[in-house]
Amino acid sequence: MLRHLNLQATGSAQPSAGRTIIENVSRRGFLKGTAAFAVVVQFLPFDAEAYETYPHGGQSMPNGVVNNPLVFVSIDRDGTVTIKAHRSEMGTGSRTSIPMIVADEMEADWSRVRIVQAEGDEKKYGNQDTDGSRSLRHHIQPARDIGAAVRRMLEEAAAKRWETDVANVQAVGHEVVHKTLGLRLGYGELAEAAMALPVPARADLRFKDEKEFRYIGKGQVKIVDLHDITTGKAVYAADVSLPGMLTAVVARPPVVGGKVKSADSAAALAVPGVVNVVEIPGSPLGSKFKPLGGIAVVARSTWAALKGRDALTIEWDAGPHGSANTADQEKELRASAGAPGAPVRDQGDAEAALASAARVFTREYYQPHMAHAPMEPPAALANFADGKCEVWGCLQSPYGARGDIAEFFGLGEEDVKVNVTLLGGGFGRKSKGDFAIEAAYLSREVGAPVRVQWTREDDIRHSFYHTTSVEKIDIGLDANDKPVAWRHRSAATSFLSTFAPDEGVQHPVEIGMGLEDMPFEIANVRAEQCKAYAHTRVGWYRAVSNIPRAFAIQSITAELADELGRDQKDFLLEMIGTPRKLDWRAAGLPQEFWNNGEPYEHFPIDTGRLRHVIELAADKAGWGKSLPPGEGLGIAAHRSFVSYVAAVVRVKVGEDGTVSVPETHIAIDCGFVANPERVQSQMQGACVFGMTAAMYSGITLENGAVVESNFHDYDMVRADNFPQVAHTHIVEHPFAVHATGVGEPGVPPILPALTNAIFNATGKRIRNLPIGDQLQT
Amino acid sequence: MISLTVNGVERQFDGDPETPLLWYIRDELGLNGTKYGCGTGLCGACTVHLDGQAVRGCLATVAEAEGTSVSTIEGLSPDGNHPVQVAWRDLNVPQCGFCQTGQIMQASALLAASPSPSDQEILEGMQGNICRCGCYQRIVGAVRRASTGV
Repeated sequence: MLRHLNLQATGSAQPSAGRTIIENVSRRGFLKGTAAFAVVVQFLPFDAEAYETYPHGGQSMPNGVVNNPLVFVSIDRDGTVTIKAHRSEMGTGSRTSIPMIVADEMEADWSRVRIVQAEGDEKKYGNQDTDGSRSLRHHIQPARDIGAAVRRMLEEAAAKRWETDVANVQAVGHEVVHKTLGLRLGYGELAEAAMALPVPARADLRFKDEKEFRYIGKGQVKIVDLHDITTGKAVYAADVSLPGMLTAVVARPPVVGGKVKSADSAAALAVPGVVNVVEIPGSPLGSKFKPLGGIAVVARSTWAALKGRDALTIEWDAGPHGSANTADQEKELRASAGAPGAPVRDQGDAEAALASAARVFTREYYQPHMAHAPMEPPAALANFADGKCEVWGCLQSPYGARGDIAEFFGLGEEDVKVNVTLLGGGFGRKSKGDFAIEAAYLSREVGAPVRVQWTREDDIRHSFYHTTSVEKIDIGLDANDKPVAWRHRSAATSFLSTFAPDEGVQHPVEIGMGLEDMPFEIANVRAEQCKAYAHTRVGWYRAVSNIPRAFAIQSITAELADELGRDQKDFLLEMIGTPRKLDWRAAGLPQEFWNNGEPYEHFPIDTGRLRHVIELAADKAGWGKSLPPGEGLGIAAHRSFVSYVAAVVRVKVGEDGTVSVPETHIAIDCGFVANPERVQSQMQGACVFGMTAAMYSGITLENGAVVESNFHDYDMVRADNFPQVAHTHIVEHPFAVHATGVGEPGVPPILPALTNAIFNATGKRIRNLPIGDQLQT
Repeated sequence: MISLTVNGVERQFDGDPETPLLWYIRDELGLNGTKYGCGTGLCGACTVHLDGQAVRGCLATVAEAEGTSVSTIEGLSPDGNHPVQVAWRDLNVPQCGFCQTGQIMQASALLAASPSPSDQEILEGMQGNICRCGCYQRIVGAVRRASTGV
């Protein structure tokens, strides 16, 4: 998301342009002796016109969007269509869905399509940074452009062959037919001629009517890796090996910025299989994705490396964060949020309205750091030889990692190659390629290919953590209990502290995730950011700052409804107010307001859509129905990643405080949906992920070091307590309603919907996360 | 020298007998379908069968596997069409996929021991296998489908 930090993170779209000649020769084509007919590719200037009809923020991402079909599609003589997947696959299904869109628009038979993962090369493929729930929303139209262009080229090739006008032919189901003569030519037969044609201008393309879609919107295409995953053949980072490869595990400083004071590696070197012990230079907080440093044990097997690491004796110098404690930090955050901060939104005069209010309703919510804990811990293989470095890893941002490696070692970009494996979950952790730099460093030092394997303990203790924050909200009510003022103060550690010396302030991206874009119809609104200083690496975690903001806003709204004796759902709708598109200037939002990187005029805050998902989820869940004692329904809604999601969670709290969730209803409006089956799987997953965050996820710093280490003290929702039935309700739209985010926006409403339900079941209000043992009796 | 059978092939191992099966299977045999997730028996990603019983490959050592028959995901079914694998594909269970081989090995051992488990038995039988993506609803559905055929 933030490889290239830009403090003026606006949604303005500037088409990128350029003309480069590159060689794009299919290795497979060479090996088989059959050419894949895209040999010399001219990168055309970005086709801005394509996006005037379907505008989105893709162009303003680093290296923009590429819609050149020759970059992404090749066709073999046997008709096999190869489509490059340029986004990293971490479970959302984009590796299937984007090529599926290309295939549909080019009238390819999906059973004859194979997917090849692109290496990290944004000059060629455009932006590849897979996070921010952007893959479909930035690539659905470019994928259609690509498919339509290839279809047009195949049609032109056939028309030439038949010496007829292109209007007389049509591509249908992997072949081109002559409309009147009944002649047919398969895609394989046409490939060579078709792919040698100039790429047609977009004005000459005919896009399919939505009614003609074979795969898009149907939810019938299975993920491309399904068979490999279920047979153990799918390749993740630690599944790649090279001849002569060694495996390393690293003892990293327990405190960020710490250093090795002294080390005795004799016992480690005595472990059979250990070949070397190497110190990796460390870096202070604020060093972006540079390694933490420490001592690596390099061995012929993972087991030997692990035993060797256990045998190390290291004395650490903790460095400047060695006295940091979570308990102290919580107090600091509460104190900071309790005093005026820097305004980030000012609408009306909230201070005056609070001063003159009949009463002020105040609540404060806290969340500690969280670790992503993807099931696949970070791992990477590097081969550093002859001044060049090749890496294989589970990387969300392969081109970002490539640049970081080049910078770390003083190499040119052309001397670094980054290959992307499947990711065993990412959730933001794998946007940061520190583990790939470690592998490259060790490979260079020992002169052999090296795989770095992180253990689960490494993963939980050395993450780039979700922000810890206190969100304090004051609501001023007039004499008729009508809310007339809203003041939200946020003290939250920022991921800026990972990129530069910490000034205790948040980035516009974080501010734009629920703090300043609060959609309630209240006359006077003020949002402030209050200073918060980090003592560990802060990163981004699925849904990022939307999690604490939705938790605070949706909790206080339910709390105030209870205070006023109102129904929580009705009161939430009343707070949102009339269906309208927020005028951001009138709402007091600043010029640098970050609308998830999207042009505001096309992706406004639309309270009508937010209201609709609330009404839909409430209706489907039977909101208002009576439940047995110990059970409750909770509701919450949040706009994030320009999608609108509402959740109703039904909870059952046992007499001993055990929480179970028999049912959830989640309603999502994410514009046009290309793959409803994967939207459903993301929503089911979001219910589990959100419940885990609410129930268990808290990282504790003691003397600067993380206390938690594995799933015994950093537990996950499991098969015996997951939300038993998660119903997904997708708002249907035509293609013209732009696709928006899916991977993340399901998560934020789950936490407050769960805690609101717990309150309705038990009367116990959760204001500090995680829930942990707060309900135990 | 330790002798054991892995996926029907007799194997000899003369390395550290305390080597966990997980690392023996991955590093020595190159069978990468068995995954490392936690190393402490808490997540189930490394689940394999030892004489038909589901065990955690990160806890069981090669010495403990002496004389046994070990099955990994690669040996579960010659064509990859064990009823559990088929059910998994029918219901589109995986998201990222990383934990799924362990889930499948756990489920297949569960069904071998109890061909028609109750819902509660499925939930309890699968609770040692974490899925961070949160595919549990479909995992449980697939186990049920594999047990009943629907």
